Amino acid sequence: MGKFKGKVKLNQSIPTSSMPDVVFMLLFFFMVTTELRKTSLLVQQHIPNASQLRKLQRKSLVANLYIGEPRSTEQFGNEAKVQADDVFIESKDIILWVSRQKDMLAEAEREQLTVSLKVDGEAKRGIIADVETELRKANARKILYAALEKSDPGSKP
Amino acid sequence: MRTTPEIPSASMADIAFLLLTFFLMTTTIANDRGLMIQLPPPPEAQPDVEVKIQERNMFKIQVNSSDNLLVEGNPMADVSDLKDDIKKFIINRGVDPASSDSPEKAIVSYKTDRGTSHKRFIEILDIIQGAYYDLYAEQAGVTNSRFREAASDLSDPTNKQIWEKGKNGIPMQVSIAEPTKIGN
Repeated sequence: MGKFKGKVKLNQSIPTSSMPDVVFMLLFFFMVTTELRKTSLLVQQHIPNASQLRKLQRKSLVANLYIGEPRSTEQFGNEAKVQADDVFIESKDIILWVSRQKDMLAEAEREQLTVSLKVDGEAKRGIIADVETELRKANARKILYAALEKSDPGSKP
Repeated sequence: MRTTPEIPSASMADIAFLLLTFFLMTTTIANDRGLMIQLPPPPEAQPDVEVKIQERNMFKIQVNSSDNLLVEGNPMADVSDLKDDIKKFIINRGVDPASSDSPEKAIVSYKTDRGTSHKRFIEILDIIQGAYYDLYAEQAGVTNSRFREAASDLSDPTNKQIWEKGKNGIPMQVSIAEPTKIGN
């Protein structure tokens, strides 16, 4: 017990030489699992959960509509609004928007356009039904209500 | 002899953090999943032919503006049995005189109010579609999730076979009615 020579070093620091490795791993994770955001979200989006999810076939045949309460209520009010491609649109503009989306596709693929409706859980059915009516008039009848996976304990997998 | 001079790698962590912050700010986890529906043709396009649908071939589900549920005229607070009720209705095939004649004639009528929340709408629609997908999966001999997977990619022949076998004789007839304006 008395054989220690000289001073004993009192400060031991945790080696941080592996910090870049950890951070790079996180970085690679995000690079692989995410995609670059194409439109800025102007509306609140708490997407509801569901279990009977279907997947969209091809990204190029999808057009997105976002419905919900605007994020900045002082500027836009707190009534639910419809957003398409970074701007708010009215129900009457939907037909025009649909034909623009269809024009971007090849002739043969126009009928396969799916409109993905990303609707906030608290939005009311009224505005959504108006959007649906306009989509029916514009002949864009394939609809996907966006939903997140729900773990459904009550049913068989 | 001097050791070869090394490039100081002390700032590696800083660069990594910068890149990480950039990706966190500019990316989003994509969501391409949801409940798929085919909307009916536009209201003016259909001639107003009143097709007589018998009471027994219609399974009425209604939701009001306070998200309360009415199934076949009776209030339902707990939805855990709803899916089984719908399934029993669809594959009745005339056994119960108060229930449907055949799956081809069976229609699930889903009526909401303009004030119904989207969350509730999706919850019930999920149950209705669940009933149909369960029946399809059973008929095709696969699990519900396998059937939906197959439905999402019909270019593969195995999937197409499963899809056709499952859907045979049971069209997904869900009539989503124009919402009522009664609520606030």
